[in-house]
Amino acid sequence: MKPAIYLALAAALAFVQPAFSQETVKVGSIEGLSGPIAKYGVPIRHGIELATDEVNSKGGVLGGRKIEMIFEDSAGQKDQALNAMKKLLARDRVIAVIGPTLSNEMFAAGPAAVERQIPAIGTSTTADGITDIGEWIFRTAMPEADVIPVTVATVKKRYGIKRVALMYSNDDAFTKSGFDIMKAAVEKQGLEIATIESFSTKDTDFSAQLTKIKGLNVDAIGVSALAEAGAGVVLQARQLGIAPSVVMFGGNGFNSPKVAEIAGKAAEGFMVGTPWFIGKKDPLNQQFVAAYKQKFNEEPDQFAAQAYDTLFILAEAIERAGTTENIKLREALLKTDHKGVLGPFRFTPHRDPASTEGVVVLAVKNGKFDTLD
Amino acid sequence: MLAQQLFNALVLGSIYALFSMGFTLTFGVLGVINLLYGFYVAAGAFLSLVAVRDLGLPLWAAATLGALGTGIIAVACDSAVLTPLRRAKAPELASLIVTLGGVLLLNSLMFLIFGAEVRRFPVTLLSQSPISLGMLQIGAVQLVIIVTVAILVTALFLFIERTRLGIAIRALAENPDAASLMGVNVDAMFMGVSFLAAALSAIAGILIGLNFNAVHPYMGEPLMLRAFAVIIIGGLGDIRGALVAGLALGFIEVMTAGYLSSNFKDAAGFAAMVATLWLRPSGLFGRSVTKRA
Repeated sequence: MKPAIYLALAAALAFVQPAFSQETVKVGSIEGLSGPIAKYGVPIRHGIELATDEVNSKGGVLGGRKIEMIFEDSAGQKDQALNAMKKLLARDRVIAVIGPTLSNEMFAAGPAAVERQIPAIGTSTTADGITDIGEWIFRTAMPEADVIPVTVATVKKRYGIKRVALMYSNDDAFTKSGFDIMKAAVEKQGLEIATIESFSTKDTDFSAQLTKIKGLNVDAIGVSALAEAGAGVVLQARQLGIAPSVVMFGGNGFNSPKVAEIAGKAAEGFMVGTPWFIGKKDPLNQQFVAAYKQKFNEEPDQFAAQAYDTLFILAEAIERAGTTENIKLREALLKTDHKGVLGPFRFTPHRDPASTEGVVVLAVKNGKFDTLD
Repeated sequence: MLAQQLFNALVLGSIYALFSMGFTLTFGVLGVINLLYGFYVAAGAFLSLVAVRDLGLPLWAAATLGALGTGIIAVACDSAVLTPLRRAKAPELASLIVTLGGVLLLNSLMFLIFGAEVRRFPVTLLSQSPISLGMLQIGAVQLVIIVTVAILVTALFLFIERTRLGIAIRALAENPDAASLMGVNVDAMFMGVSFLAAALSAIAGILIGLNFNAVHPYMGEPLMLRAFAVIIIGGLGDIRGALVAGLALGFIEVMTAGYLSSNFKDAAGFAAMVATLWLRPSGLFGRSVTKRA
């Protein structure tokens, strides 16, 4: 009799889960947290942190396990991004990686994730070919290929432009890809390309290119650049006397409030397409904006919003998979059906965003991005 | 349009010239390749930014403060890093490597203190609306750049050619040992030249910060590359060479971008450097050094 009771007790005890010695679920994130790319990477980090707090405060995933974010700084450098990826995969053994920030970095670091068969989700990588890197690369960022044509069409419709000049930085995968897409969209709209000018991401003087463009009497200038150089282009363009009637528009690199900050008054009227807008009226978005403002003392931007949604998407996928095992996690990610601050989100079988409905074209008004009226 | 492009070239060339003249001083007089020089650009810009924003000083005062502060930083760095090398009569490459490490360290420190954010000088500092002169658009900033560089360059030449200190510096550049035998306080002079060069670099940084409306820790790095090209084209250690070559480089870059293709803008400058090394290795103003057995 006695041994049976002990046996029963032991069996009962085996099923008791200690409430406070749960292992965390480790998720890695590689973002540009220093250097010029910090204006994208820091909001992304904040978006992830806000979402992580919300997920963890509601009980975490897989029955009470908290998500533990491990952030690595790539400083916008490809080699650093690759090193960070290797460290997260081999030493920290994360179950998934969010990032890197730049398409340039994803092309360098993504293959490592593919090799290790760990999902990597780009929240801000919008160049062509990201998801072609491998079947473990996902992207929640709306690709330039979906947004830029909308921007170009909107500019043409609103201002009746006929002749454009295009400028791009030729040493970054994202800006080059954005330029290719911009050129194709401009040609598709039947617009005349007066000239194509290039510069380096690190350049600060564009006076030569802009003077040349000014002499060609174009109706609009399309710029594919990251925020730093891009803001410099806009600023110098107006300084050189390119009239406000010459519309300037750009790709995703301009989706940062820092552009208006750096370029000041010169940025007025600048147009860019984006999948998210801070003034979107739905309650989920408003709640996100308020929570973000309270926690970080500044307004969120598109990068923060996309990162916020992405973490929820990942958390839901972990729950759906019922495990952190990579193959089941990948399958669960493919089945994503999430309603986030960017709207409804699904992946295509090729792991890109399925819906392009949410794209809206904004223009800078009084120093801030606003919808066109 | 040609007039505007020439004006653009003048502005860009002025900045290159100012920066390169300081660099030439350190190279020609001190005999060191001082990569820290690029850092002084950012240091000067940040110091002035702080002076304007937090101390509320007017631009000229903030710029002076920035230049002086950077000069002091330069002297400190030199005492720590370059003087021991000089004492040990280390080869030139040693200064290259040591200052490379130094600039990495200092850039990281700057990140730590100021963060990666791009800052800008307050908009109210200078008029933002361009003045039209016929076909030319001239911004207040560009005018300030050209005038400031012209004044500084003239002052520098007068100083080097006409004053006793200037003669001492030139003596130092030719032969430090002989100069010291002549009673020149070598260590003090080196510090002085470092101070001066860093101050010039700081002013270049402020001008760049104003012109492109961006102040960030790495702003000096693109200039450093150009500076190497400039001093090779102009002649190692020759200030006139740095001035002429700096202006020439600005001209080459702008004209290439404006009339050929902006894809080749950077390449053109370095092509000029390669051509110089090929055809006239001592540079425009350099004296060819003949070795006597």
